[in-house]
Amino acid sequence: MAFFQALIKAFLVGGALCAVGQALIDYTKLTPARILVSYVVAGVALGGSGVYQPLLDFAGAGASVPLTGFGALLARGVRQAVAEHGLTGVFSGGLTAAAAGVTAAVVFGLIAAVVFKPKSK
Amino acid sequence: MEKHMPKPDEYARMVKAASGRSKGWKNIPLAFLVGGAVCAAGEGLRQLYLSAGLSPDWAGAMVSVSLIAASALLTGLGVYDDIAKAGGAGALVPITGFANAVVSPALEFRPEGMVLGTGSRLFAIAGPVIAYGLAASWIYGFIFWLLNR
Repeated sequence: MAFFQALIKAFLVGGALCAVGQALIDYTKLTPARILVSYVVAGVALGGSGVYQPLLDFAGAGASVPLTGFGALLARGVRQAVAEHGLTGVFSGGLTAAAAGVTAAVVFGLIAAVVFKPKSK
Repeated sequence: MEKHMPKPDEYARMVKAASGRSKGWKNIPLAFLVGGAVCAAGEGLRQLYLSAGLSPDWAGAMVSVSLIAASALLTGLGVYDDIAKAGGAGALVPITGFANAVVSPALEFRPEGMVLGTGSRLFAIAGPVIAYGLAASWIYGFIFWLLNR
């Protein structure tokens, strides 16, 4: 049953992070694009300060799949790179950590643009 | 401001859908349900990859890549738009929303060419996210370097 517990924890934490985003859209002047930017930057701050790791340990994908998790991944990447390479790591760590996600989105986006027809509205 | 509609040539379709939705009490529960479902699916994949012997880091990366691929497919089929209309931030905040923000304009602006249409517009939303994410990581990294020199 550990499997279902993990799913439920991911559902609750991931759902809560999205509900906060919806509240920000509905009740503040933040546009969706600004919410995405804010979530990633907040993720870097939360990840860097060590606040986000317990949430990742508890909820797994519930914390890593929302964009705050992407930010926390950037923070971890840069921290590891600085620990290994010093000042060079300040410049290489973030992009290295983001590489898989960004490359996947860009490559699949290009493939989709070739394969699918734009929806006419 | 809730009536603010982004310029069509500036924003991906899903983002328009999310900001154009009317305010209503259902929005937040729907975002919770849709976002929770995406994350639960991600967790299911993560458990699968872990049980297949991947390290936690690799499993996490593969979860992202899998969800991004699924989002690209659903965006191409036009299904992700519908999910975003129902789920709002529940479809925006997960990594699938980031992927949708890349794939949707890549597709939409293809008539303007593969280079300046697709190639440039696919970063319309992802560009700022990557730019500020990297800037934040640079600042954090620099502080971490100063403190641990």
